[in-house]
Amino acid sequence: MVNLIWLIMLISGILVSAFKGNIEQVTTSALQAAETGIEVAIYLMGIMSLWLGLMNIAEKAGLVKSLARITSPALRLLFPSLRPDSPAFGAIIMNLCANVLGLGNAATPFGLKAMEELQKENSDPSTASPAMITFLALNTSCITIIPATIIGVRMKAGSINPTEIIGTTIFATGCAMTAAIIVDYVFRKRSRA
Amino acid sequence: MTIITELARWAIPFILFAVPLYAYFRKVPVYETFVEGAENGFKTAIKILPFLIGMLVSIRVFVDSGALELLIGLFHPLFNALGWNSEVLEIIPLAIMRPLSGSGSLGVATQLILQHGADSFIGRLASTLQGSTDTTFFVLAIYFGSVGIKKYRYALKVGLTADAVGLLASIWIVSKVFS
Repeated sequence: MVNLIWLIMLISGILVSAFKGNIEQVTTSALQAAETGIEVAIYLMGIMSLWLGLMNIAEKAGLVKSLARITSPALRLLFPSLRPDSPAFGAIIMNLCANVLGLGNAATPFGLKAMEELQKENSDPSTASPAMITFLALNTSCITIIPATIIGVRMKAGSINPTEIIGTTIFATGCAMTAAIIVDYVFRKRSRA
Repeated sequence: MTIITELARWAIPFILFAVPLYAYFRKVPVYETFVEGAENGFKTAIKILPFLIGMLVSIRVFVDSGALELLIGLFHPLFNALGWNSEVLEIIPLAIMRPLSGSGSLGVATQLILQHGADSFIGRLASTLQGSTDTTFFVLAIYFGSVGIKKYRYALKVGLTADAVGLLASIWIVSKVFS
């Protein structure tokens, strides 16, 4: 499915550009996007090193384990396929916490670490495991209590009350997260049957 | 709400303060442990680079060419048929852009907020939508790519369903709360 979406986006983009007589756009966009990719990766390198370094400290101090233990009843319900003492739980919970706090750039390193741990327990390394899919469903629909970036934009745009959208955001994302958990559950059951 | 903005200001400094200090008292060699963990940041960033570039190129060509706008045009009759307020239609570009690209959707959201006003219906809806959904398609590509997963199974369906629910919930709650 990804292969197809990727191809459709690329091909339709080129065809539309050609049709509009603006084929140079394709060259510019493609080269610029490749450049952006490098910029993002270098930026991520710094941020990821910072957070993974800090997470290593938290892990060695036993903080990640305690955090995972506190949240384990809920997590075990969501991830029935994982061992109860799975090291993936620590990274998953750190990722979700970072998401909730709106620390987007801290969420990525924890999330990739969680994927690494989940992959170790995956029986087929080329196919997504149910636990991975559940994790990504939670991750992409996770509640954010402080949508800091958009509040900044609203401030700049002269909003009288820039933070008034926090309540509506929490509600909308709560609905999305609930839907993600339910739909994931249904698919997981169906794929096993 | 000031509590929440204060929380945002203090979150990172607090983590940087509390975690190393606590670890030090637990006899963890803090600096060395930090360096050991930080090493992986470098490796992971390199590992996701090809997926990052692959996705960015395809998305950028798609968006810059105007193909996205054509796609959005196709959705208009559908939304009209649903009998929705024509104002809601303004949100479609953001709704389609959101799962694809974080910087792209922020650009669209900013533009909608500036154009309609931060305290207008569309301004509030754009803010809510931007804050409540994620770049699902992009995240899936990078996260799965980083560990070499090729078959996503039902992951994309789950993620995009959640995004659609987020969109509908945003429209509903913003019209309810701010009317």
